[in-house]
Amino acid sequence: MATIRIPTPLRQYTAGQAEIAVSGANVGAVLADLTAQYPALKAHLYADNGELRAFVNVFLNDEDVRHLQGADTPVKDGDRLMIVPSIAGGMRS
Amino acid sequence: MLTIRREAIKQIEAHLEAAYPNEGAGLLLGTANGTGNKRVEAVLPLENRWEGSEQSHRFLLGPQDMLHGEQEAARRGLDVIGIFHSHPNHPAEPSGFDREWALPWYSYLITTVAQGRAMQHRSWLLRDDRSGYDEEELMIIND
Repeated sequence: MATIRIPTPLRQYTAGQAEIAVSGANVGAVLADLTAQYPALKAHLYADNGELRAFVNVFLNDEDVRHLQGADTPVKDGDRLMIVPSIAGGMRS
Repeated sequence: MLTIRREAIKQIEAHLEAAYPNEGAGLLLGTANGTGNKRVEAVLPLENRWEGSEQSHRFLLGPQDMLHGEQEAARRGLDVIGIFHSHPNHPAEPSGFDREWALPWYSYLITTVAQGRAMQHRSWLLRDDRSGYDEEELMIIND
């Protein structure tokens, strides 16, 4: 099992828990396990087309998985993952 | 309700006026009591990471900024409770783009900056189903 850290605004969907034990051989599988455990997270992590939302960044042991192998990045027992949001906005829709 | 001291509002205004005519942004650090009341204890002005030419109508705080904000909040015994940003010469209301990128629970404090001066502040919360925002009462208190 690995653990994944949930950012404060999403903890309302994980019964207030900051860290969740997750299983899966790679980052994509770990995220699928997370949303299977806590289905209400899905709408905030994934867009309607099934892709991760643009503001969702996943770090594995302090490295952004976009700089590794993305969803295919292997995950080992004891690894620590974090979901870190980017924040964007602006007045033009 | 979002409670903020006038001194913190002045710090936000100074940062957003300095960013004008571009959008400025930063994080609100503070406490949340679990019943919808938040109190800002510190303001963390940050750099707009969006590409230069787009900064007049967009802002971006990257994951490193958020990590920095979380660490800074933890150091002070606080949480990141929201985000502030400006709408230059535009109403302090969330746009469709704001909603696409928004997270629930955070307070989104939007400030109209008109002709280089901060004019109006309004705070917003994303609905759980992401269908829109509800305005949050904003209380500015004297120190």
